[in-house]
Amino acid sequence: MSLASPCCLSQLAAGGVGLLLALTAFGIFAARRPLGSRLTYAACMLICAGLAGVALIALLAPDGRLESIELAVGLPLGRTLLGFDSLSAAFAVIINLATAIVSGYAIGYGAHAREPQRIVPFYPAFIAGMNLVLLAQDAFSFLVGWEFMSLASWALVVSEHGSSENRRAALVYLIMATGGALTLLLAFGLLAGPEGEYAFEEIRRAITPGVGAIILVLALVGAGSKAGLVPLHAWLPLAHPAAPSHVSALMSGVMTKVAVYGFVRLVFDLAGPPAWWWSVPVLLIAGITALLGVLYALMEHDLKRLLAYHTVENIGIIFIGLGLALAFEASALPTAAALAFAAAIFHVFNHSLFKSLLFMGSGAVLNATGERDMEHLGGLIHRMPVTAVAFLAGCIAISALPPFNGFVSEWLTFQAILLSPDLPQWIPRLVVPAIGATLACSAALAAACFVKAFGMTFLGRARSKAANSARETDRWSQIAMLALAMLCLLAGILPGFVMDSLGPVTEMAVGARLAPQSVQPWFRIVPIATGRSAYNGVLVFAMILFAAAATAFAVRRFASHALRRSPAWDCGFPDPSPATQYTAGSFAQPIRRVFGSAVFRAREHVTMPKPGDTGMARLRVELRDTVWDALYAPVIRIVETMAERLNRMQFLTIRAYLTLVFAALVTLLIIVGTWR
Amino acid sequence: MSYTWLTQLAQAALVLGVAPLLSGVTRKIRARLLRRQGPAIVQPYRDLLKLIRKEAVIAENASWLFRAAPYVIFATTWVAAALVPTFATGLTLSAAADLIVIVALLGTARFLLALAGLDVGTSFGGIGSSREMLFASLAEPAMLMAVFTLSLFAGSTQLSSISAYMLGPDAGLSISLALALVALIIVSIGENARIPVDNPATHLELTMVHEAMILEYSGRHLAVIEAAASLKLLLYLSLIACVFTPWGTAVAGASALSYAIGFIAYAIKLAVLAFLLVLFETSVAKMRVFRVPEFLGVALMLGLLGTILLFVSRVSR
Repeated sequence: MSLASPCCLSQLAAGGVGLLLALTAFGIFAARRPLGSRLTYAACMLICAGLAGVALIALLAPDGRLESIELAVGLPLGRTLLGFDSLSAAFAVIINLATAIVSGYAIGYGAHAREPQRIVPFYPAFIAGMNLVLLAQDAFSFLVGWEFMSLASWALVVSEHGSSENRRAALVYLIMATGGALTLLLAFGLLAGPEGEYAFEEIRRAITPGVGAIILVLALVGAGSKAGLVPLHAWLPLAHPAAPSHVSALMSGVMTKVAVYGFVRLVFDLAGPPAWWWSVPVLLIAGITALLGVLYALMEHDLKRLLAYHTVENIGIIFIGLGLALAFEASALPTAAALAFAAAIFHVFNHSLFKSLLFMGSGAVLNATGERDMEHLGGLIHRMPVTAVAFLAGCIAISALPPFNGFVSEWLTFQAILLSPDLPQWIPRLVVPAIGATLACSAALAAACFVKAFGMTFLGRARSKAANSARETDRWSQIAMLALAMLCLLAGILPGFVMDSLGPVTEMAVGARLAPQSVQPWFRIVPIATGRSAYNGVLVFAMILFAAAATAFAVRRFASHALRRSPAWDCGFPDPSPATQYTAGSFAQPIRRVFGSAVFRAREHVTMPKPGDTGMARLRVELRDTVWDALYAPVIRIVETMAERLNRMQFLTIRAYLTLVFAALVTLLIIVGTWR
Repeated sequence: MSYTWLTQLAQAALVLGVAPLLSGVTRKIRARLLRRQGPAIVQPYRDLLKLIRKEAVIAENASWLFRAAPYVIFATTWVAAALVPTFATGLTLSAAADLIVIVALLGTARFLLALAGLDVGTSFGGIGSSREMLFASLAEPAMLMAVFTLSLFAGSTQLSSISAYMLGPDAGLSISLALALVALIIVSIGENARIPVDNPATHLELTMVHEAMILEYSGRHLAVIEAAASLKLLLYLSLIACVFTPWGTAVAGASALSYAIGFIAYAIKLAVLAFLLVLFETSVAKMRVFRVPEFLGVALMLGLLGTILLFVSRVSR
């Protein structure tokens, strides 16, 4: 059997998952020793790199759909089928690439864990779960992998169980994950039909007409809650930051992508041909998610929570692409659908790179200073130069600014939006421009958000002793962060390669692919036609470099070389206290005033002492999470009241219990009897 | 091929050479409108020369970012300005970067400028950065919406094609175009720190945004940043000229005469636009900071309205 044969690839991938599970067992014993934890992470890195390679071969294999293998250890109700097709191969490349680099970071970072035995064993299990979801070619394996992933990551979220905040985060996460899995279970149950055919191949063959819309709703709830679609995002900014930083990077940068995969698998692959109106709820939810996500992030002063909220925004952008793809596919505009879908998956790839990078950077900062609150950071560019460079690259990339990768996927999404006047129905035609404006707004706000994140953390003067005495992070972490920063730049200036390798995926999901980009001269990308739009990342990058170098040269040649350091000028009013700098709160204040009064019902309470009174003036800002108030708080109240009522049942006599059991039995029998 | 390269290089050199002149002209017109004599129109060149010969004084705790940022800001602005057709269309790089890229390149410059404002850790730098990003969060989408409108008309996001379309027989008067023009003008005023959004002539806490960010710069760094600012003004005026008044612009491969005509036409258009800009500036008062988002919000709404009108009125093909 040749190495590149599809069956062999599936076996290799399944073997990789097996190795990860074995590593979990190893981790249980090895975790307590530093060497054991390092070995585990190193092994994870190698296995994931291998899996990414295998998946890449599978993705680029000429035949679109690949053989899957059947495992002997099947579940009682169906066959266990594992294998790659183009869709899962593409996602497997994306998640394993990021995971390999994050694991490299963890070799250094994991050494600082206080209780490694709570982290190290679950880490490979978490990765194995995510890979199992992607490898699954039947609903049972998919759900088993999904649950595995949820539970392993839950264990990682509670690993620092000392603070009540983390315990609450874990509880909320567990509830949301359970709810999400339940809806997915329902979705697959509906798809399987009365005969219960759970293999994807069979589901595809026998599509039950009319269930598509229900599948869409269930997928939006089930996969959307994992990905962080508003209003199901509430757990995300609680749980992601609670985990150790390398796990946060995986949860935010990688696990959300598995959720996107779940949505794509259900809606684009299994649910049958879409109806045009499916795109409308997806687009609306995605637009709201993008805008609310970035506004939440802007209001946040905790670096890791800011990043987690920002994941919500990016998920919104991805779903905008998916929604457009649905609209185009339903209206038989295959090229446009391929463009929108490619843009979405490109953004999935980009986000897995820069969000992992940023979480790793925040981990390095947390480790060096013990602080996540930006109000206590500052000036780290002097003390952590390498981290600062990598973090800056991530910030520019995530703000969708050229020449980095975030811009390319956003540019592609804009190009897809510009194709949508061709849609025949007027409702999407009305919705799409508004979504375009939302996307543009959230991109601009993202830039503001990351000026704040980088500026408050790395620039200015240190706002605390801890920030003043920070040390640069370890070598492993530095290399991992720089590698991701480099990948962000490369994907930004050579997007053609990424788009070409997404060809088989768009072919499978929407039935068309974009014209090959590798034939374009000078690494240019031309999604539709040359006369319409083109972007040349290499050339733009080269021009910026050339222009900057020429300017620097000219200045060096003709300008004065004298440079003097002196105290800051500050318009004549410099103040030695770092407290007089702009803080994260003051930076966001104008934006809070403009956008926040409506969205967060933001109120400012100012207590100003009377003239002559030397007491302190106080400014208190009140922000309300409207989504939480409207949706979660009532549910929590109802559950608590019910629990309170049910609590009485705990203290009944044995006779009362027997009566209850008897009554329940009779009721059930009556129901069953009347049902027949 | 060589023609277009030549045009492109000439264009890049032209914007660099003309930008300070444009600043000088606007200042002169402004002074005359205020019944002042005003400095000579070549004063910006003198200022730049003076600045680069001076010693650069930077704050003790300024990082490498503070020193590197001016060059990158200048480079991205220059690249963006070189991509806007001035006297001739058919630029080589037009196929490498479209109008969305131009907007995003200006975004990169702004991002770095805002970071540079935060680098020293003074309150003025912070106030400037914070407000700049607030304004940008409305101005950039407004600009993109105007770009969408233009692109939907021309069926292309490339500026050369848009300009060619506007020159061609298909272009006519349209409400969407008018809305896009108004949105673009408002964005130009906001992005170039002109009155009523910002006042480049003052150093007063309550009125400055752009000046607050660059307060710590001096010497050659300040010169580079000032040059970038004048390039940005030129870019916006050229953009409006090239899209809404395309008359006279030479097309690719035209005769030397038409290039000469294009050049003269461009000079006239710039002069007229500069005059109108200054006339508007001198006739309104500076706004309160929290009025500005409403002003820019109008641009966003107009841009969006223009796009939606186009989306809805388009007969599906």
